[in-house]
Amino acid sequence: MKSNTKWTLSALAVALSVAGCAMAPSAAEVKTMTDAVIKSSFTSKGIATLDRATKPDETNRACSEADTAGKPLDEKTAKAIEEANFAAIKWPAGGYYIGDFKRGEKIAQSGKGLSWKDKADGVNGGNCYNCHKISEEEISHGTIGPSLYNYGKIRGVKDLYAPESAAIVQYTWGKIWNAKAYNACSLMPRAGHSGILTEAQVKDIVALLLDPKSPVNK
Amino acid sequence: MKAIFIASALAVCMLPPAMAQKSAAISAIEEYRALLADGNPAELFEAKGADLWRQKRGPKKASLEACDLGLGAGVVKGAFVQLPRYFADTSRVQDLESRLLTCMSSLQGLDEKAIAKTAFGKGEQKNVTALATWIASESRGETFKLPQAHSQEKAFYEVGKRLFFQRGGPHDFACASCHGSDDQRIRLQDLPNLTKNPGDGIGFAAWPAYRVGNGQMWGMQQRLNDCYRQQRFPFPGFGSDATIALGVYLGVNAAGAKSIAPALKR
Repeated sequence: MKSNTKWTLSALAVALSVAGCAMAPSAAEVKTMTDAVIKSSFTSKGIATLDRATKPDETNRACSEADTAGKPLDEKTAKAIEEANFAAIKWPAGGYYIGDFKRGEKIAQSGKGLSWKDKADGVNGGNCYNCHKISEEEISHGTIGPSLYNYGKIRGVKDLYAPESAAIVQYTWGKIWNAKAYNACSLMPRAGHSGILTEAQVKDIVALLLDPKSPVNK
Repeated sequence: MKAIFIASALAVCMLPPAMAQKSAAISAIEEYRALLADGNPAELFEAKGADLWRQKRGPKKASLEACDLGLGAGVVKGAFVQLPRYFADTSRVQDLESRLLTCMSSLQGLDEKAIAKTAFGKGEQKNVTALATWIASESRGETFKLPQAHSQEKAFYEVGKRLFFQRGGPHDFACASCHGSDDQRIRLQDLPNLTKNPGDGIGFAAWPAYRVGNGQMWGMQQRLNDCYRQQRFPFPGFGSDATIALGVYLGVNAAGAKSIAPALKR
């Protein structure tokens, strides 16, 4: 720790001498200091490797900057990010979007996976109930995301395989796979895109939300 | 954010009939908290910390009574509500726990680096937590007023702010994902908005805290460490600059809040 600390401090000292001691550092200097602090403070542990903190992708980089500044992204940048994420969506093989809503409920309940305590071959959860109301029965749900109760019913889905259901089925897949394709700085993880859920698990979540037999649509 | 609680709630959810068992679990925790409200087990750690402060320990067989927590050698009362702050003798901004390591090393001759690498709740880390709990209790009811006069204190606030909003890892989570706005919940857990007071008066000004959910006493370092675990970030070093910068950001945002540490948490 000590040698790392020294290195950070020298980076800070350089940045501060540029800023002048009495002045607050500029945004660019703060960024340089923060990058140095991250490198000296975090280490890889298990599957949680250092690059998770040091190498944000363009979406996270731009959204973090916007959040720090307290200003939303300009329209052009937001659109470009959404387009790039949309282009990266992997659509299911053979056009089979629908899995099993009962398995979907279990995935929605689980918040497991991908921390430094988890194994690489573990089964991840979707963390869905942490932020969303989904079924009526589950009262222990978060409020960071909107309620998804009656998600399919509200949208008039009576037959999952009817042509008129295709658009909402595809949108639901896309949103779960990569939420940033529809809202650049959405707080929702990109479950498929980032490898949190498998293709089969995403199918189960689509079923949980859209299947008329799912408790969500009762 | 409360890993243990969420994990236990999840474990309960998997069992049929999910709802009845889970509400029972939640009400049981509420009941337990109410029962404990009159006698926070943190008091036991306070007593242990007070003893440790005066005890002659380490290769140098010295107490910590000459430790400078920012208000002068040996001054404990009021120190907690002004940390983290810049210390001239180490030329760095330090929080309570990293400052304790400095004193344990310089006064008692204990191995600062080895303690920093020790897992929470083990060996000397248990003593650091007890000491932090007692020192915090000596400022109970006092108002948070972190100094921001030194250039490094200002810089750490700005770095802490960037860290707070930094998204990353497979889930794109930042501290702000859960703690960036008012009236949000994860499952049934209310989330304080840590960008301002009163949010920080609950979220920052309460640690060290005794956690009912797992029966453990946690300092701020452990609280931040577990947040980063749940964010799926890499591992933040104990007393690392990232954790201290976040402490400065949260602590300065808590200005005006009364310290309730050591508190009782889920």
